[in-house]
Amino acid sequence: MDALKQELKENIIEQLNLEDMSPADIADDDMLFGDGLGLDSIDALELIVMLDKNYGIKLTDPKEGRSIFESINTMATYISEHRTK
Amino acid sequence: MKQVYVNSVGSISTQKTFDGSFLEDVIDHEDHVIHAMDPVYKDYIPPAAARRMAKGIKMGIVASKIALTEAGIDNVDAIITGTGMGCVRDSEKFVSAIIDNDEQFLTPTPFIQSTHNTVGGQIALEIQCKGYNFTYVHAAISFESALLDALMQIQEEEANHILIGGVDELGDHTVKIHQVINHIKTEKVKSSQLLASKTSGAVFGEGANFFVLSSEKGETSYAEVLDTKTFNTLEKDQLQSELNIFLKANNIEANDIDLLVLGNNGDVDFDDYYNALAQDLFTQTQQVYFKHLSGEFNTVSSFGFWLASNILKHQSVPEVIKLNHTQTVQFDNVLLYNQYRGENHSFTLLKKC
Amino acid sequence: MGKGVAITGMGIISAIGNNVEENFQSLIDKKKGIGRVKKIQTNHVNDIMVGEIDFTNDDFIEQLQLPATNNYSRTALLGVIAAKEAIKNAGISDITQYKTGLVSATSVGGMDMTERYFYEYLENPEVQKYIDGHHAGDSTQKIAEQLGIDGSLVTTISTACSSAANAIMLGARLIKTGRLDRVVVGGSDCLSKFTINGFKTLMILSDTFNTPFDENRKGLNLGEAAAFLVLESDKVVQAENKTVLAYVKGYGNANDAFHQTASSDDGDGATLAMEQALKIAGLHPEDIDYINAHGTATGNNDLSEGRAILRVFGDRVPDFSSTKAYTGHTLAAAGGIEAVYSVLALQNNVIYPNLNFETPMKEFDITPELSIKQKEIKTVLSNSLGFGGNCSTVIFSKEP
Repeated sequence: MDALKQELKENIIEQLNLEDMSPADIADDDMLFGDGLGLDSIDALELIVMLDKNYGIKLTDPKEGRSIFESINTMATYISEHRTK
Repeated sequence: MKQVYVNSVGSISTQKTFDGSFLEDVIDHEDHVIHAMDPVYKDYIPPAAARRMAKGIKMGIVASKIALTEAGIDNVDAIITGTGMGCVRDSEKFVSAIIDNDEQFLTPTPFIQSTHNTVGGQIALEIQCKGYNFTYVHAAISFESALLDALMQIQEEEANHILIGGVDELGDHTVKIHQVINHIKTEKVKSSQLLASKTSGAVFGEGANFFVLSSEKGETSYAEVLDTKTFNTLEKDQLQSELNIFLKANNIEANDIDLLVLGNNGDVDFDDYYNALAQDLFTQTQQVYFKHLSGEFNTVSSFGFWLASNILKHQSVPEVIKLNHTQTVQFDNVLLYNQYRGENHSFTLLKKC
Repeated sequence: MGKGVAITGMGIISAIGNNVEENFQSLIDKKKGIGRVKKIQTNHVNDIMVGEIDFTNDDFIEQLQLPATNNYSRTALLGVIAAKEAIKNAGISDITQYKTGLVSATSVGGMDMTERYFYEYLENPEVQKYIDGHHAGDSTQKIAEQLGIDGSLVTTISTACSSAANAIMLGARLIKTGRLDRVVVGGSDCLSKFTINGFKTLMILSDTFNTPFDENRKGLNLGEAAAFLVLESDKVVQAENKTVLAYVKGYGNANDAFHQTASSDDGDGATLAMEQALKIAGLHPEDIDYINAHGTATGNNDLSEGRAILRVFGDRVPDFSSTKAYTGHTLAAAGGIEAVYSVLALQNNVIYPNLNFETPMKEFDITPELSIKQKEIKTVLSNSLGFGGNCSTVIFSKEP
């Protein structure tokens, strides 16, 4: 699980161009959207593609992403339960 | 009818223009394509906002902010942008991703940034301008279309301050395919030797030049804009008669023109349009050119506009842009003429203020 | 500046018809042009529905008698067809008689050819002719050439889904300021893999028929279309004793300055655009008889636009409907085809139904017009809202 979380942090930084950040700057329970990391709805769409590409999870409704992308913890839990690759 | 003044300028170009200097240390490039000199974008755009921005957006926003700061205003009544190709790198990225990944795993950012009005929209977002926001995308007259729109609105007192600009970025694939069809020179050319090359095609460049146009003259004012006119087609032998109609509509004679700013790009197949305009009428008039400094791109005439504005303000012509030996002491009226590959011609008239 | 600008001709091609008459008949017959995509090879064929025009590029090339060496994109072909109909409809035989310009709008431009030949451009000389046809201004240059507009003001606007409405706005301004006597205005966009996949990444494409202003709306259907209006000055109308179809009475453009793609929750930009258009027209909200809404059937647009309509019209919201269920969302052309539909509404005193509607939205209690409604219509307000926060409104009227 820790490896998955580390991988998620690295991928998020790369995919979303968070240039000035390193994985150590993101705590597992940090809010990714809103006041936390400050991600927005376009980032959410980017993360949906990441779920599909890296873990074989297909979301059809962007609203589903809201609870999944709350934090690194919630993402890692969801991925480990639903991943197909 | 209200008068229209260029109250400030902001330029990102293949020369060091972002610092507000006027061609003091000119770079003599030698290439097929020349890239813009980047300012420190982070000084102007918060990192969180900048992380997804294409280069065209960054150049446009920074040039806009430089212009707004110089004009001493935070906001404008309208933002009008010209761009030939928009954020072309993102368009290339999205098309190639569609093909390479067989329509899978595509992300939205390159698609969003491919939308032509993305620069104008992002400037509005950045300065929170809820006013009129148009983007013109008509090849070599994209910038002049924006200028004309702004002129009409200020003259008719529909707006007082309008931010206008031209922006285009270079994209690798676009460069390659334009090399294939010889729109870009096959050999590398030194900027200073551009007109002597006598070969087909141009040296491509990129950049963003933005201006605050206002109904009121201020301490920072560069010039007054008298008029601009565009033509989808013109034959060489129609140039002078069309110019005379344009000048007459503005109560100016060819003799009153103190400086001609021409869009020569060193393409042996098309530079004779400039000769056709200048012959007989302007043999005694000082002439300058600029595309050896900026490269050719759809909105490069905005760099010409930047240059003419600076000449009128400083009343001096840098040596590096001189096209003939005529020397003028006092610059009152400046005429700009541009075209690309024989299409989309434009005349723009600026006046000392 | 309150004076109207005359509309003396119009032309259109869309998924519901190849000319003005066919489009009007489909509107009245409630005939949708939405189906599975046929002309574009895409993996998403079963995930989306589109408003596609039946004719192939070769059909158009034959109709227009273009040489085999032509490098027309589908956007250019559609544009020429619609613009030629508009000129004919306006009874113009010699276009050089008056100072005539062209303002067209597109978002796709020549992307249909570029996406087909992207890598092939580098190697195959036969397809390289399309390289120069890629940029957005190319289709406009070709339409001008086909109409015989030379040495004149010819330009292109691209502000996403409000583009053609903005072309109408510029055209009206060019006439009001006396810069031109006549301007052909409108827009053209063909379907492309680029836009299909682009809107797919935004997850706003419906997998079934789009349902504007419905609580359970699932997103938009993309469409392709072109439409043009001929705008003329009073001088031309009087000198030629022209029949005026309607007037461009008011217009407004504003920016939401909220988000790159989404509209603000309260529809700030759309509210400002409608208010500005009413002001220019010298009209009050209660003077509007019909709103042809943008109504794309995305969750975001219909909520934001509905709220903006409520902000402008309060408890007296006029009859309104979206015609996107008929045609799909035709992007840059949308403001043009809906301008034609608005003029037809004025001419025929009819309001078109908002098809596919079942359940009112829970956020407000306004319901679009659901059947063909005949009533005296003097003014129509048409909204076009786009990416980059671009919001436009044009008001058309019977009287100048």
